[in-house]
Amino acid sequence: MSSRPTEMPGVAGADEARSERASSVRYVALRLVQILPTLFLILLVAFVLLQMAPGDLVQVMVGESGGATPEYVARLRQTFGLDEPLYVQFLNYALNVVSGDLGFSFRNNMPVLQLIASRLPATLLLAVTALIVSVVLGLAGGAVAATSRGKWPDHLVSLVALFVYATPVFLCGVGLILLFAVALPWFPIGGFADLSGERGAWQAFVDVAAHLALPAFTLGTAYAAIYVRLTRAAMLEVQGQDFVRTARAKGVAPARIVWRHTLRNALLPLVTVIGMQTGSMLGGAILVETVFSWPGLGRLAFEALQQRDYNLLAGLILCSGALVVLINLLVDLVYTLLDPRVRIR
Amino acid sequence: MSHQKIDTYRRQLLLGTVAGLAWSQIAPATVANAASGEDAKQPVRGGTLVGLSLLAGEPQVLTAAFNQSGVNAYISSKIFDGLVRFGVDSVPQPELAESWSISDDGKTLQFNLRQGVKWHDGTPFTSADVAFTYQEVWLKLHPRGRSIFAAVSALETPDAHTLVFKLNSPSGVIFSALNSGELQILPRHLYEGTDIVRNPWNLKPVGTGPFRFKEWERGSRIVLERNPDYWDTGKPYLDQFVLRIIPDTTARYAAFDTDAVQYGVLSPLAFNDVERARKNPKLAVEFQGYDWLSSRVALEFNLRRKTLADVRVRRAVAHAIDLDAMARIAARGLATPGTSPVLSSLKRFYDGDVPKYPFDPKLAEQLLDEAGFPRDGEGRRFAITVDWLPFGGQYQRYAEFIVQSLKAVGITAQIRGQDLPQFLKRVYTDYDFDITITHLAGYGDPQLGAERLYWSKSITQGIPWSNASRYSSQEMDGIIESAHVAATEAIRVEAYKKLQVLAMTDLPSFTLLENRHFTIHSRKLHGLNLGSAGCYDSLKDAWLEA
Repeated sequence: MSSRPTEMPGVAGADEARSERASSVRYVALRLVQILPTLFLILLVAFVLLQMAPGDLVQVMVGESGGATPEYVARLRQTFGLDEPLYVQFLNYALNVVSGDLGFSFRNNMPVLQLIASRLPATLLLAVTALIVSVVLGLAGGAVAATSRGKWPDHLVSLVALFVYATPVFLCGVGLILLFAVALPWFPIGGFADLSGERGAWQAFVDVAAHLALPAFTLGTAYAAIYVRLTRAAMLEVQGQDFVRTARAKGVAPARIVWRHTLRNALLPLVTVIGMQTGSMLGGAILVETVFSWPGLGRLAFEALQQRDYNLLAGLILCSGALVVLINLLVDLVYTLLDPRVRIR
Repeated sequence: MSHQKIDTYRRQLLLGTVAGLAWSQIAPATVANAASGEDAKQPVRGGTLVGLSLLAGEPQVLTAAFNQSGVNAYISSKIFDGLVRFGVDSVPQPELAESWSISDDGKTLQFNLRQGVKWHDGTPFTSADVAFTYQEVWLKLHPRGRSIFAAVSALETPDAHTLVFKLNSPSGVIFSALNSGELQILPRHLYEGTDIVRNPWNLKPVGTGPFRFKEWERGSRIVLERNPDYWDTGKPYLDQFVLRIIPDTTARYAAFDTDAVQYGVLSPLAFNDVERARKNPKLAVEFQGYDWLSSRVALEFNLRRKTLADVRVRRAVAHAIDLDAMARIAARGLATPGTSPVLSSLKRFYDGDVPKYPFDPKLAEQLLDEAGFPRDGEGRRFAITVDWLPFGGQYQRYAEFIVQSLKAVGITAQIRGQDLPQFLKRVYTDYDFDITITHLAGYGDPQLGAERLYWSKSITQGIPWSNASRYSSQEMDGIIESAHVAATEAIRVEAYKKLQVLAMTDLPSFTLLENRHFTIHSRKLHGLNLGSAGCYDSLKDAWLEA
């Protein structure tokens, strides 16, 4: 990929700093423009794939209603625009998207954009919290394992990580529910919040946090297990390098070596993986959302697929596609923060 | 309202004794709670009842007036009243219709609407609302509306509280469908001149029922609150009804166990959790309230297949399946063996005197030999596919049971799994199947629930739950069409009994199991309607122990 950051060793003067800032603005702008054809391709592929799935929304709706007359079915198809030729349906849809209208979910009787907007906050909250949980646990675990290589903390961390990694996420979720919501009723069974209505911001926060704890932990640990192993491996590699030996020879405190030298340098591969996994985290959240009745986009997408709600599905694919592309851009920018040698252009 | 005033407008028992009784003479009111004898306790006002969503997920809209999925009917029956509600054995009781009468010739039905009923926004409810809904929603958008009202030539509204259906011929089916689960009335002032299917009021409904809409948090819950102006003064007892959406089966049981939800209908738990619920002292398992729905598991044959076109083969298949064992093992006792396409719970129509196919593998083998499908060198006669309806994993277990049963008589059956849209397309559009294991609902009347499988005019490609076996018989068509124009209800009932005999003789499909749907509720919850359509009750009499 041409837009990958490249290493550019050199001395940065004042002029260079200015031109560098200009070039990074140009770079971000270019990347944003490149998103458009990507999204168009995503849209086209999504549309074609969805059309290849047998059955349509009308049949599902009639199926759930327990029968219908042919007139009723014809009327629904006409209302939903499903009686048009495929390319017309696609053109109509693409034109709507360009004008900022993601269409209407006939299944949910609501504009797609509104539907996605109503579920996006819950998804982002879960994903971001889970991300923080996974990174904190992953880094801490990895650092502990790497610094105590071959000793019991290393074995313990690796064993736990392996165990979590091998446990399917829904099983872990169900286990946590049975333990911390049923046997020890500390947390709610699921959902986003107990009851809405008039209450203080603090109560609302506590309410949502209590509901968030188990799903975020479930999703977070699943990824933490991967990050532990990655961090450990990366740190071990860095530990053997010259600059670490130099620091040690200089008499730098061991904790400082870990924090400033090994861990920071080990972050680069980790950030790459985290960036790539954000997409899968959005998708992987489906199971967690289902187990914990979390009102996120994953469940919405799964239901839309089950019901052949094409407008909604295409909208969701488009949104998550955009999200993944943006996160990739973000990751590339984070590289420059972590490693001053990395420049973008 | 203990003894309804019966309009003497030509009251007459043209409908045969049971039906006549049912329609015009029963003083209802007390019937609804008769079955819950424990409710001698004084109802308590207040509290929030949390109900569990169906496994199928979230409602699409909050009215069942045109979108009849189960979960829509479940939640919207709290918001909308029907013209009648059903007591035990589908006896209609007054709801929005205070009384009704049928003319001597059975061709005029008059309903006298309750006075002083208001929509949740304060607008008075009148016959114009019903006439509008009838014209624009029931006839045009309701999946079964045209069938229900096929005999109606005109609907007249002589005044704001009178409805008169003029019929071409007497039509008993109308009375089987006037409850709020099936035919809801939409407010004309909010729907007239709009695109009804996309009307925004579908998501924040305005009804006349005991609960009014408060909020819908997508993917999470729907909150209804007490309608303070409900016509049945003093009701409902509950302050709120909340529908919680919980998709995971383990979490669903945990929610009952921890009292996070107190009520769930239409078999809300996985079958293996029911035993736990039964042993749980906090929970009650209730099997009443599903007679109207009369839900069944059926096996349908594709009659265009060379093998299955022979009635001897179909009868052999029926003899090869031990329905008792299937009900006991595969359904874990949550079903009883089927006997007829009309379920025994629809007592008025059910005919127990039909051809029967007891479990008899020897006879099955003999029939298959006679049909010209002997076992080959490896003991196999022929191979077929079995498609099961993906309404949860239960139907897969049924399919597996069938496969084992068929294997024993030399038929190699292969299971095919798929999601719902694909199943519907395969079976009802492409007719690309051999046998299906599927679900059918009876909707309180064979005219709505049973005849669609046997009438040649129901061979409608692309329509789910139509005549997929493509069975076509002049004799059957004659029976069905005679039922539609029967001069009296007794004659109509008789025709549907004949339908059952012929259906069980020709066997284009047959009922494997009568489902025993169950309601799970907290023992603190009282006042549930255990009438025939109790699963879609408005909960106006429900109350929670403090």
